[in-house]
Amino acid sequence: MAPAEGLDGGAEVRLQALTKAFGPVVAVCDVSVTIDRGSFFTLLGPSGSGKTTTLMMVAGFTYPTSGDVFVDGKPMAGLPPQKRDLGMVFQSYAVFPHLTVYDNVAFPLQIRKRPRLEIVHRVAEALALVRLTGYERRLPRQLSGGEQQRVALARALVFRPRVLLMDEPLGALDKKLRAHMQLELKHIQQRLHVTVMYVTHDQEEALTMSDRVAVMQGGRIEQVGTPGGHWRCRTAGGLEFSGMGAAALAAGQLVTAAVRPEKLVPADDAGVAALGAGANTCKGLVEEAIYVGDATRYRVGLGTDGGLVIKMSNRVGARPPSTGAALTLAWSPEDTRLFPRPSP
Amino acid sequence: MTALEERRDRLRHLLALAPALIVLAALFAYPLLGIVMRSVYKSGYTLDLYRQIFRVPVYLQVLGATFKVSAIVTLVCLLLGYPLAYVLVTRRPRTAQLLMIIIVLPFFTSIIVRTYAWMVLLGRNGIVNQYLMALHLTDAPLPLLYNQAGVVIGMTYVLLPYMVLTVYSVMRGIDPGLVRAAHSLGASRLQAFRRVFLPLSLPGIAGGTLLVFILSLGFFITPALMGGPGDMMIAMLIEREVEITLNWAFASALAVVLLALTLVGFVGYNHIVRLERVFEGRG
Repeated sequence: MAPAEGLDGGAEVRLQALTKAFGPVVAVCDVSVTIDRGSFFTLLGPSGSGKTTTLMMVAGFTYPTSGDVFVDGKPMAGLPPQKRDLGMVFQSYAVFPHLTVYDNVAFPLQIRKRPRLEIVHRVAEALALVRLTGYERRLPRQLSGGEQQRVALARALVFRPRVLLMDEPLGALDKKLRAHMQLELKHIQQRLHVTVMYVTHDQEEALTMSDRVAVMQGGRIEQVGTPGGHWRCRTAGGLEFSGMGAAALAAGQLVTAAVRPEKLVPADDAGVAALGAGANTCKGLVEEAIYVGDATRYRVGLGTDGGLVIKMSNRVGARPPSTGAALTLAWSPEDTRLFPRPSP
Repeated sequence: MTALEERRDRLRHLLALAPALIVLAALFAYPLLGIVMRSVYKSGYTLDLYRQIFRVPVYLQVLGATFKVSAIVTLVCLLLGYPLAYVLVTRRPRTAQLLMIIIVLPFFTSIIVRTYAWMVLLGRNGIVNQYLMALHLTDAPLPLLYNQAGVVIGMTYVLLPYMVLTVYSVMRGIDPGLVRAAHSLGASRLQAFRRVFLPLSLPGIAGGTLLVFILSLGFFITPALMGGPGDMMIAMLIEREVEITLNWAFASALAVVLLALTLVGFVGYNHIVRLERVFEGRG
């Protein structure tokens, strides 16, 4: 599929002092941010933080109480969704159940009264993009959740919108499929140079895909940052390690560090060799070992820094640490995420 | 599940169904059999009565009028009921609830009382005609009673809630997100309705029209009170044979014809709209 029209593909989206009140409840308060053309921008926040309301105001399903949205400098105030020409992917897929995959994807083109040949051509392109070629004649109920979501994506892209809005599009998928779709989404976005505005409550998801992340809380943008940047940190217990900033950080800032348990490996020869010299390490004591079939779960005490649970596969020839043994764990700084924490 | 368990399961289901089946057998299947028997047995099996129905023009006229009035009433119910149901699903739940109570309220009154009320409204000097003349929309009172118009008005009034409730229940199952998705893809309100909402509500239209049509075929009180001499429907004919001419055998034959034609209509309809899919909740 060809990139959207224009040299840079995507459009610039500017939110200016966007505010939405439902009666006395202010759902979104004074949100201003500019999203660069062709970039992947994520609104990250818990439910009720106003991120979805913000997205709905950009889409045109909710009108702001004050403030406005500008797409390439054009004000959107008063324009209904169908006049905004923005692609949108919903969490519930919202694939039309009475239409085949082909007719679903052809829908926006038929509405725009494109010539039949062009429709055939573009639908084929869009389906190829989401790797659903050959599914044209199926009905949505014959598809898995992931496939339905890909239909929704193809449908939202087929009319070449310059902005794609996504409301937790992967929320209903299982973890493995979600990780796979994240990469595919990022890939497609980079290929089409479309501006993406993405809403999620999943930090890892936000960091995997985004060029910039805005953290929302209580209807306001707390901060906007670029994932990345290496930082050295120290825990209260004196443990030192390095990690990647999940948002803009400053020296001396309090952070929460997160690492997924499956990224931890015992610092034996194989583990250190795999991670290289810059790996983070920590020493602990095995407090408990729980055998769970193909793996063993270890509860490892870290002294004053608390403890953690890791899972190690029961490899052939591996010498499993026994309860009470000292254990050094290692993990890559790349897998460590640092989240800013408000000062106490 | 083993074969034995499966059989035991089926037996349990049968047990649960037993009371209903017994009641149906005693009060429905057995009398129905009696009606069929009475219509074909008169000191020996004969189809004379059926021949009579299809040979005498009056009976065919009554049958024709029955189907015609039923079709008109069904259409009017659909035209009035569909937008009403649509308004119901688009209102806030509390408003919808209130409207729903208003729609169902007439069910709490006897149909005879309601029909007489209509007669008061529609008569030559009824309220409707008084208003029409006061507004100079008409000079002479319109004939709204004792003709087909009166029958259609009365029957539509009684049957409209069935249409609204059937269509509403299907519309409520339509994800409003689908209409929003259509808007996000560029569809205007009309386009979103025509290409997404309407096709998805078709099962409701199918179910509602079928229900109203079948109920119409057997209508008796409204056409008897609000129709004219030329608006006899088959149920009235049957009643006359039972009550006045005491020709129960002929009444039975008429009833069987009505039942058979209804079944034929049902099968034909089923062929077109695939009711089993309607009842599975897909279009």
